[in-house]
Amino acid sequence: MNNIYTLPTAAPRQRPIYMDYQATTPCDPRVVEAMIPWFTEKFGNPHSRNHEYGWEAEEATLMAREHIADLIGAEAKDIIFTSGATESNNLAIKGVASFYKGRKNHIVTCVTEHKCVLDACRHLEEDGFHVTYLPVMANGLIDLDLLAQSLTDQTAIVSIMAVNNEIGVIQPLADIGKLCRERGVFFHTDAAQAAGKIPLDVEAMNIDLLSISGHKLYGPKGIGALYVRRRNPRVRLSAIIHGGGQERGMRSGTLPTPLCVGLGEACRLAKTEMTEENKRLTSYRDLFLNLLSEALTDLHINGDKQQRIPSNLNISFAFVEGESLMMSIKDLAVSSGSACTSASLEPSYVLRALGVEEELAHTSLRIGFGRFTTEDEVRQAAASLIAAVTKLRAMSPLWEMVKEEGIDLRTIQWTGH
Amino acid sequence: MTYSNQLLDHYNNPRNVGSLDKADDRVGTGLVGAPACGDVMKLQIRVNDAGVIEDAKFKTFGCGSAIASSSLATQWLKGKNLSEAENLKNTDIANHLALPPVKIHCSILAEDAIKAAIADYKEKQSKKTTSEAPAA
Repeated sequence: MNNIYTLPTAAPRQRPIYMDYQATTPCDPRVVEAMIPWFTEKFGNPHSRNHEYGWEAEEATLMAREHIADLIGAEAKDIIFTSGATESNNLAIKGVASFYKGRKNHIVTCVTEHKCVLDACRHLEEDGFHVTYLPVMANGLIDLDLLAQSLTDQTAIVSIMAVNNEIGVIQPLADIGKLCRERGVFFHTDAAQAAGKIPLDVEAMNIDLLSISGHKLYGPKGIGALYVRRRNPRVRLSAIIHGGGQERGMRSGTLPTPLCVGLGEACRLAKTEMTEENKRLTSYRDLFLNLLSEALTDLHINGDKQQRIPSNLNISFAFVEGESLMMSIKDLAVSSGSACTSASLEPSYVLRALGVEEELAHTSLRIGFGRFTTEDEVRQAAASLIAAVTKLRAMSPLWEMVKEEGIDLRTIQWTGH
Repeated sequence: MTYSNQLLDHYNNPRNVGSLDKADDRVGTGLVGAPACGDVMKLQIRVNDAGVIEDAKFKTFGCGSAIASSSLATQWLKGKNLSEAENLKNTDIANHLALPPVKIHCSILAEDAIKAAIADYKEKQSKKTTSEAPAA
């Protein structure tokens, strides 16, 4: 018996190609460079009002706020720094709900939201709020008619994510914003996967609260932002973290100047380079898909084909289980919607919400391209996936039954466990 | 998830992948699991006149542990007689591959597949003797 688990590595090896940009992104070296002075010689507390150390730090955080606001068509004063999108989402939803409690008790969100939105809503349900969890259509988008029907005069806030982290689909933000504004309901959007990837404009889209994560757009980890509309209409919210009253009293705590500067620089770069970057990523995505479809049949792309960011692909490789597929592509760092990669043994709740059949959900991979992806990497990734899928299909009993024996899998009496 | 070297060896170099002729009455076929659960194993044995398993093959849809468990099972089955094969336990497979706790069900599935293949073989044999009986 041998209980010693060892890493699946032998001799010194090359690191796998990083294709998991929806999990996190590397910090852009230009971002790091902008941050460095604020760790060492410019270490002042941005809230110190009495000396140069404080003044220069405050100035830097103000500049960062402007860059962040610029990316989403807001004003610097609307930006609240947080520790990340999880905190931003919690502050937006719990903060608004709690401030308007007594007058309004209803929240609308969607089943494919990030866990931090869903769990914040669950928490509010224990607190007496009613939550409507909108389903999604087979393409991963919400049904606007259903949203309109779900709004009542008790609805305090609608929280619908801009871009889904698993399948990359873009929700119809402008339509949702318009509807919410007409009905006098605040609209919050979790834009962790959208900021810096698609054009966002809080005015044109009638967005009242918007969450940003630093590390999803080539900024540092440990920082995020929440846009909170100050007028037309003004959004009020109750703080979760109390203390020195920083950030308009909405989020106390000393600002981490280097992280603020990093997030600001990341937003500035994203705004400057978004158009070019999206063109490049679209061409890589198309190349990748073409290479795969030339060599493999039975691929299913999960989520809407048009309304999606170019840097994400969620593909089901029918008849091949996701975790074993990942074990066969050790040269690629990707993630899987398969149950076997998670402790829960449940396949992705997002894919299930789309109505993706469970057997296909088990076969899905999320592939994320990004700023530092190269064409060579795209080609190598495609080649590696093709080889792995081909090998695993050759040893898949389902492939054999369907493709060689012409059996309809639905006619088999399976012994589930 | 980190895996033992034994498991990775069976995953990377699976033994006895393939199929035997289902119609052959010396062949027993076991098909267990369900696509919706993320694992399906097909395990086949061919038994010679002496009652010894002379060949075993598998095809598996499932995670790395499921593939390794079925590969190991076919390797162990070869050369065993049926009663020895029936005594193969999922715990032996789990221990040999050092399966993490959440993957123990893969070894249970392999044991189920062995039992199903043996049962299928035995059923074929009993049908054969009953259908041959009138002729005798």
